Amino acid sequence: MDHSTSQQPRATRARRGRVLGGVCAGIAAHVGWSVRVVRASFILLTLLSGFGLVLYAAYWAWLPIDDRDGEEPRPAEGRDLAGALGLGALAIGVLLLLSVRGVDLVGSWVTPLVLVGAGVGVLWRQSDDARRSALLSDVSASARATTRTAIRRSGPRILLGLALVLIGILGVVASQGNLAASLKGLAAAFLAVVGLCLVLLPFVLGWWRDLAAERRARIRSEERAEVAAQVHDSVLQTLTLIQRSAHDSDEVVRLARTEERALRRWLYAPVGDPGATFVAALEREIADVEATYACAVELVHVGDVARDERVDALVAAAREAIVNAAKHAGGAVAVYVECGDDAVEVFVRDRGAGFDPAAVPDDRLGLRESVLARMGRVGGSAHVRSQPGEGTEVSLVLPAALGARSAT
Amino acid sequence: MSQPTTGGAVVRRGDGHVLRVVLVDDHRLFRAGVRAELGDRVDVVGEAGDVDEAVTVIHSAHPDVVLLDVHLPGGGGRAVLDSCVPELPDVRFLALSVSDAADDVIGVVRGGARGYVTKAISGDDLVDAIRRVSEGDAVFSPRLAGFVLDAFSSGTVEVDDEGLDSLSPREREVMRLIARGYTYREVARDLVLSVKTVETHVSAVLRKLQLSNRHELAKWAAAHRIV
Repeated sequence: MDHSTSQQPRATRARRGRVLGGVCAGIAAHVGWSVRVVRASFILLTLLSGFGLVLYAAYWAWLPIDDRDGEEPRPAEGRDLAGALGLGALAIGVLLLLSVRGVDLVGSWVTPLVLVGAGVGVLWRQSDDARRSALLSDVSASARATTRTAIRRSGPRILLGLALVLIGILGVVASQGNLAASLKGLAAAFLAVVGLCLVLLPFVLGWWRDLAAERRARIRSEERAEVAAQVHDSVLQTLTLIQRSAHDSDEVVRLARTEERALRRWLYAPVGDPGATFVAALEREIADVEATYACAVELVHVGDVARDERVDALVAAAREAIVNAAKHAGGAVAVYVECGDDAVEVFVRDRGAGFDPAAVPDDRLGLRESVLARMGRVGGSAHVRSQPGEGTEVSLVLPAALGARSAT
Repeated sequence: MSQPTTGGAVVRRGDGHVLRVVLVDDHRLFRAGVRAELGDRVDVVGEAGDVDEAVTVIHSAHPDVVLLDVHLPGGGGRAVLDSCVPELPDVRFLALSVSDAADDVIGVVRGGARGYVTKAISGDDLVDAIRRVSEGDAVFSPRLAGFVLDAFSSGTVEVDDEGLDSLSPREREVMRLIARGYTYREVARDLVLSVKTVETHVSAVLRKLQLSNRHELAKWAAAHRIV
């Protein structure tokens, strides 16, 4: 049964393209046949002896659900309807077949039995769905809420399944004659079941709690393993490097800053494509500047925008301004980014000596060329505000609307 | 980091006593560092390394200001606030953290902290912040100002009677300048206001931050309480 090492996938029940339990689709995928052939075989087996039905049920019970492709587009309500219709059609088909063969449908045990079968089908399908949503939402935080909504969503179906099974059983009993006597028997059986439940309840609860505890422990240990891996790759490495270069304080600061940044990103950053947005791109540039110039740059941002050519120009201009601050001012650099509806603004502030912008000769302004001109080319503007002894602030503004016009 | 500055003026209350401060942080080394940076300018009357210890020390020492780490074993800074703020309304709390997570920061501010600064703050700025908090003003770091602008910028909300759910244009301007790294004095000069007026605006924003039912704030606070 172990095919896990071979190329062939382990037989599972398919979640995509299933009609009932996904047995046929799963088997087809496993042996490499067309789904239609497999379905036809099952139907043929059913028609010939009824064995196909038993086989199908057995496969349904024993084959695991395919849990490889995590994300499945949550089927719309119509999908449930399709499943129900499938079951109904199957039941009617079987009944018709039997009536053709001359079985008395109304009086005999056949109809109730089919009802039981349909009920079991509904219940099993439901348990599939429940398991699947458990697979999809393995995050412990949201698990409780998910379970609650799952119960709310699945309640009607479970009730329907139970009702079908109960009616079916009653029908079978009734078809054997003597309904009253068997009702008495049923009552006795019911009491016995209640008693059994009371006796077993503590055990079941304890078992359930153990299971939950074990699950939690497993999640925790997985998390710990992930943290350990991260710490080993980053923090421990950096600490080693710091010990080696303890004599070089600039290098130590640089290492510590780089590591702090990486760790922060790992802890707090939303998952997603790094560098896909303006702020992400700017963060990367800042990390680079910090590493190169051994200074601290504090970024505060409000909002974010997607990247395009103009935004990239803004990132480049901002980088230049930050580099200037890092090189000439020393100390911490504060960067504030605000992405509004009509403009993206960047403010780079340092607390250095400051200078008189008017007194700087034209020929040596990296600032003028790379910041002011760059912003001008994409329809933005740049402004330098500085006074000796007051630090410097470079503000960059990239208007959104103007950019759209100049791009055409 | 900047060299410890033990000089500078001693910070006194209105009645003349030196400001009494309690440090709450689970890293002993960090507490020692802060103590050294504060020097003689304030009177550090107690230290604590976890929530229970902090509650005991704060109740017995009854300081003017508590420097409170956001992340603490035993429930976090929020737990300290919850068990101290109702009983000791005159003790002021200043949150101190390395955290960049909005829900942590918003959580402690809504829990009653009068401000939030990052641990990278210089000794002088920290003393200044402690003085400000002790006088009942609010202390916003650039990052907290950024969070505030973020929380109060997005979406439209129904305007309530007290205007708690939105910032006034002036408050927004002040927040923007603080986010840009301006000190209160620089903000005042830039907007041609007195420092006192800037402090009033900032305190008003703090009040909104603590009382507003804005969706973003409620969400952050809720996330913080559950985690």
